[in-house]
Amino acid sequence: MRPLIMEEVEALRGVNSVKIKEAHEAGKKVVGMYCVFSPSEIALAADAISVTLCGTTQGPIEDAEKELPRNLCPLIKSSYGFAITDKCPYFYFSDILLAETTCDGKKKMYELMGKIKPMHIMNLPQTADDEDSLELWKKEMVKFKNFLEEKLGVEITDDKLRDAIKLMNRERDAMKRLHKLNAHKPAPLSGMDMMLAQWLKGFNVDKEAGINLIERLIDEVEERMEKGIYAFDEKAPRILLTGCPIGSGSEKVLKALEEAGASVVALENCTGYKGLDVMVDENKDPITALAEKYLSTPCSCMTNNNGRLELIGRLAKEYDVDGVVDLTWQACHTYNIESFTVKKFVQEELNLPFIQIETDYSDSDTGQVKVRVEAFLETIEKPVMAN
Amino acid sequence: MHYIGIDIGSTAAKVSVFSDDKLIENFTMPTGWSSVETSKTIKERLEKQNIKIEDSKVVATGYGRISVPYADKTITEITCHGRGTHYLLGADCTVIDIGGQDTKIITLENGKVSNFTMNDKCAAGTGRFLELMANTLGVSIDELGEMALLGEDVNITSMCTVFAESEVISLIGSGTKRESIARGIVNSITGRVYALLHKHGATDTIFLTGGLCEVKPFVTLLSEKLQNEVKTNDLARYAGSIGAALLAKNI
Ligand code: SF4
Ligand code: SF4
Repeated sequence: MRPLIMEEVEALRGVNSVKIKEAHEAGKKVVGMYCVFSPSEIALAADAISVTLCGTTQGPIEDAEKELPRNLCPLIKSSYGFAITDKCPYFYFSDILLAETTCDGKKKMYELMGKIKPMHIMNLPQTADDEDSLELWKKEMVKFKNFLEEKLGVEITDDKLRDAIKLMNRERDAMKRLHKLNAHKPAPLSGMDMMLAQWLKGFNVDKEAGINLIERLIDEVEERMEKGIYAFDEKAPRILLTGCPIGSGSEKVLKALEEAGASVVALENCTGYKGLDVMVDENKDPITALAEKYLSTPCSCMTNNNGRLELIGRLAKEYDVDGVVDLTWQACHTYNIESFTVKKFVQEELNLPFIQIETDYSDSDTGQVKVRVEAFLETIEKPVMAN
Repeated sequence: MHYIGIDIGSTAAKVSVFSDDKLIENFTMPTGWSSVETSKTIKERLEKQNIKIEDSKVVATGYGRISVPYADKTITEITCHGRGTHYLLGADCTVIDIGGQDTKIITLENGKVSNFTMNDKCAAGTGRFLELMANTLGVSIDELGEMALLGEDVNITSMCTVFAESEVISLIGSGTKRESIARGIVNSITGRVYALLHKHGATDTIFLTGGLCEVKPFVTLLSEKLQNEVKTNDLARYAGSIGAALLAKNI
């Protein structure tokens, strides 16, 4: 049985698509973003709404493939498909797009997408391990700020930035507290609900209301925990899911895991914990603070990306997991290659069972994914053999 | 008490029966178009031999495992193959299972599966690939194996069955010796297994299960490619069903 407030959370997508229309009609500007590296604080400080546009459904892929290669990551194809088909209200109402030079596929896709709507591209350094990178990223923050000021005819003062930082930190803090509830054994929330709650925050038109909803959800879950109500029982193997981002429509591996009896307790990926881990320093100069925070994102586009291993190791302990699943979207070279490193780390350093699952958004391989997932759970001591 | 393991793969169904600790029966039949029908036929055949399903424990595995209505439990082919191989070899090893639809590499530690890798969703490197290529050459898989031993190495570069087929056809057209084409076809599978195995990480002892273990020339060529003697066993094609039967004892 899921918490009652989850229904309200789930309704957000619809509610927010109405709200965004209303806000747009009332003259509010909307900045659409694609990635955890995007500093939404700057958009908020410009008094705009920031939304996440990352494509997570199979639907628009067919249309995207008219222009994009077929053997491309489904996330890129889905994002582009939404852009050219008007099927996503959030894209439709976006006045400005913010993109980053992350993986090659996204970078080149943005060149095409930039023809549809005004787009600003932030040049992300290839590494976070270097002082020069931070300098560059700071300059990119300033460029984005200047771009918005000019496009939207507003002034983004340091005070406004500080307010936005505080607001976003509060949102992060709420999300983080929600996520941490699942460190409890057994976990009070299913991985599916956890993913939904975190993914949907990206569409929140009203941030305050969104934070409030998550706080109410936390309260309800805590009450249930006191009564001993959990999403899974003690015996369910606890899984940490890492790898490429997932959202509603691309949750098939998460779903397969939970259907086979596992409890996905920690989501290390972008749509889960990755962006919540580090807060923005509220005492520093805002641009520096923002640059530091976003550059610390442990994404596979960075080289080296040791931060990801460190985070996986930390979460594995904190959430006391029994196994690690690394999800790779087909044709995602960065995560796919990095999987070899992650596997070694998980097996040799953490001494935990590991599996990489490579797939796409379609359901053509549902059967195979099921076999992999079930066999993986069978290798984990606890008896959860599906009937 | 009888313990029955039923492994319904994409091309063949394998059945193994233990009477207490003794393996008393192994048989195989084509899966045909319906796994449900196949499982009925299996039941009839067992009952003719006085093995009553009601008084037995049954574990079903393989891609058709959900279509065995009288199974007490379903367990994936990975776990079953691991268990069965350990029974057949009596030791830990790395299992290579070349199935009709997919190829798996399984590591056994203390008799249990500790780790496994499966090929992705295309047919490259699977039994299906070999079957299709043998058809193109107009020979059986056994004949293809024999021919391959006599041939020279030629390159079949396509992994995709459709393109590999046209490559084979054009090689025939250009007058390349059939033995060498056969060798090229086998190489393309063993090469794929080689890469999969090494990415996975292999232990010293390698054991081949699945239908291809009966094609001796294939085992020879695979050993050559892996530079390691690939072990197998007369019952290796039953590794999955034997493992399933053994796991039925735990129910
Ligand atoms: S995986 Fe990397 S590139 Fe993709 S959304 Fe996350 S941070 Fe951005
Ligand atoms: S999943 Fe991989 S290929 Fe796809 S957008 Fe993210 S980093 Fe790029």
